[in-house]
Amino acid sequence: MLGLNNKDLMLFAIVIAITLLAPVILNPFPVESDLAQFNAGYPDLMQRFVIFGIFAIGFNILFGLTGYLSFGHAAFLGVGSYAGVWMMKLLTMNVVPAIIVSVIFAGLFSLLVGFISLRRSGIYFSILTLAFAQMSFSLAYSVLTPITNGETGLQLSLNDPRILGVSQTADGSIPMTNFFGIAMRDGFELSMGGWLFTFNAGYYLCAAVMLIAFYVSIRIFRSPFGVMLKAVKSNQQRMLYTGLNSRPYTLAAFVISGMYAGLAGGLMVAMDPLAGAERMQWTASGEVVLMTILGGTGTLIGPVLGSGLIKYLENIFSKINDNILHQWFSFLPDGLEDFVVAIVYPFIGKGWHLTLGIVFMLVVIFLPGGIVEGGQRIGRLFRRKPPEDRNNTTTAAAPSAAE
Amino acid sequence: MGILEVKGVNKRFGGLKALNDVNLDIQEGSVHAIIGPNGAGKSTLLNCFVGRLEPDTGSVMFDGQSLLGIQPYRINQIGVSRVFQTPEIFADLKLLENVMIPAFARRDGSFKVNGWKSVGEEREIRDEAMTMLAELGMEAKADHVAGQLSRGDKRRLELAMCLVQKPKLLLLDEPTAGMARADTNNTIDLLKQIAKRGITMVVIEHDMHVVFSLADRISVLAQGTVIVEDVPGNIKGNPKVQEAYLGGAHL
Repeated sequence: MLGLNNKDLMLFAIVIAITLLAPVILNPFPVESDLAQFNAGYPDLMQRFVIFGIFAIGFNILFGLTGYLSFGHAAFLGVGSYAGVWMMKLLTMNVVPAIIVSVIFAGLFSLLVGFISLRRSGIYFSILTLAFAQMSFSLAYSVLTPITNGETGLQLSLNDPRILGVSQTADGSIPMTNFFGIAMRDGFELSMGGWLFTFNAGYYLCAAVMLIAFYVSIRIFRSPFGVMLKAVKSNQQRMLYTGLNSRPYTLAAFVISGMYAGLAGGLMVAMDPLAGAERMQWTASGEVVLMTILGGTGTLIGPVLGSGLIKYLENIFSKINDNILHQWFSFLPDGLEDFVVAIVYPFIGKGWHLTLGIVFMLVVIFLPGGIVEGGQRIGRLFRRKPPEDRNNTTTAAAPSAAE
Repeated sequence: MGILEVKGVNKRFGGLKALNDVNLDIQEGSVHAIIGPNGAGKSTLLNCFVGRLEPDTGSVMFDGQSLLGIQPYRINQIGVSRVFQTPEIFADLKLLENVMIPAFARRDGSFKVNGWKSVGEEREIRDEAMTMLAELGMEAKADHVAGQLSRGDKRRLELAMCLVQKPKLLLLDEPTAGMARADTNNTIDLLKQIAKRGITMVVIEHDMHVVFSLADRISVLAQGTVIVEDVPGNIKGNPKVQEAYLGGAHL
């Protein structure tokens, strides 16, 4: 079905189910409980999960398949964001044209950057992409201020010349982003017992786009084109003497992943019509690299898991402060409580980066295949397959679903 | 007129004259060996055939077309495949994929975004690759990762990858280098079978056992020049060859 083999279909079905039920799954704790702060089922964060999921899925098409490590992909996300806001300023508050234009502009920009950067490989390629991204970042702050609105960031105003729409609503406010009339912040809340679930229109739009993006990436992974991209990673010398020109293959992968980044940027501004240059900074480019490696480079589902984990840590861990810690450890004797809190404190709140760094190091050292490899190992532990069968899972023709 | 014609090829690396007025005429369907002592210029010459090096002067014509100044992948597309001294395969991919890639390259040219169909739906290419693996006795390993193969099997796979393209000319750079005796003999048998298909082969080789059991004609290269070209029977006794190899001592 859908042109997928059984394992991929199964994986896709699971991803669909989880994505659609995310508002419930991510809110496992009742609102009143102490653990409610670990709930991630609020629209803003869920949107970020799927948007960064798209970003990482696209990045993985380049990095996971061809092995070309770009350190400048945030630039495409930024370009997509700016293009999207401009569409909303000039044309309509409907998010569809904004998203389409985001993808197109990011695609064109990645074509230019890729064409130049792909003249080199390895570390030189990475440095070139990094240089381009930092250049874009600085330009957005300086000479391109008329387009990007510099430090303030590009946002909607009350006198935008919106051709297919109104500059301001009847009550004098900025109109809201919508999908053919459905406002992105629309939704409904469902209260069940102690639980509260929020179903948000914006999240479901992002989720639908993410599912399409995920599906396309599965098709690419399983196609002859995907095999060629793996060949680029494996042996370019052999490719060259096998009648294949690796440059257009890598460029195509680069542009496709740039378009995914633009799509993510477009969705970001569709949810919140504000584009700032910091979105293009190298830290943002580095983040998507972390997401992909953490989840599992070259696997289908890895990047989505990696982006979910990082966004969860960023939003949930960073909210925990020392008061909360004191509450948790209040059962301990006073002196010990202070001691434990002092130990744990650097890892939470603003220190969440430390936690992320440690998790990242542990994953790279002990699970080079990322979370996906961890999952596979646990799965194998439970299944207790005979050894020769185990070999097959890594070498068999039917690739394992998570691969 | 031969399928590969090399005329007056010269190549200098700084002060070193690596190739000095090399002329070769390789007949279609023959196995032509190029031998010579270390540093004679054998690999340099081969690299001039595949677009890796550009001779300073001279011409290299394949099937009526010049091979000079064009990219290696284009040279492959017009029918020249090459085997490396160390087998160059896609070590991270499965054997089947390794053989399907060159089959795709032959059908789709040097670049095509074939991104929607799944590899499994490409029945023809798949069958073709499977048949080729079966011919070389490797169909049982089709789902193995190529990097796990033994040296001899890697060479076998590399040959499968070349043959699936149905090349007009197959260039082999020391095909048995670094192999155990058993692997060497297997490879020689395999190359003999390939020769029977009528594919023109140019073999560069150190191992005389290999050369004399394979070649129809032998060119001896010394100090960048072809000093003798003859059938194998006449090569061993030739005084020029003995001088080149042993500095004048008699074999």
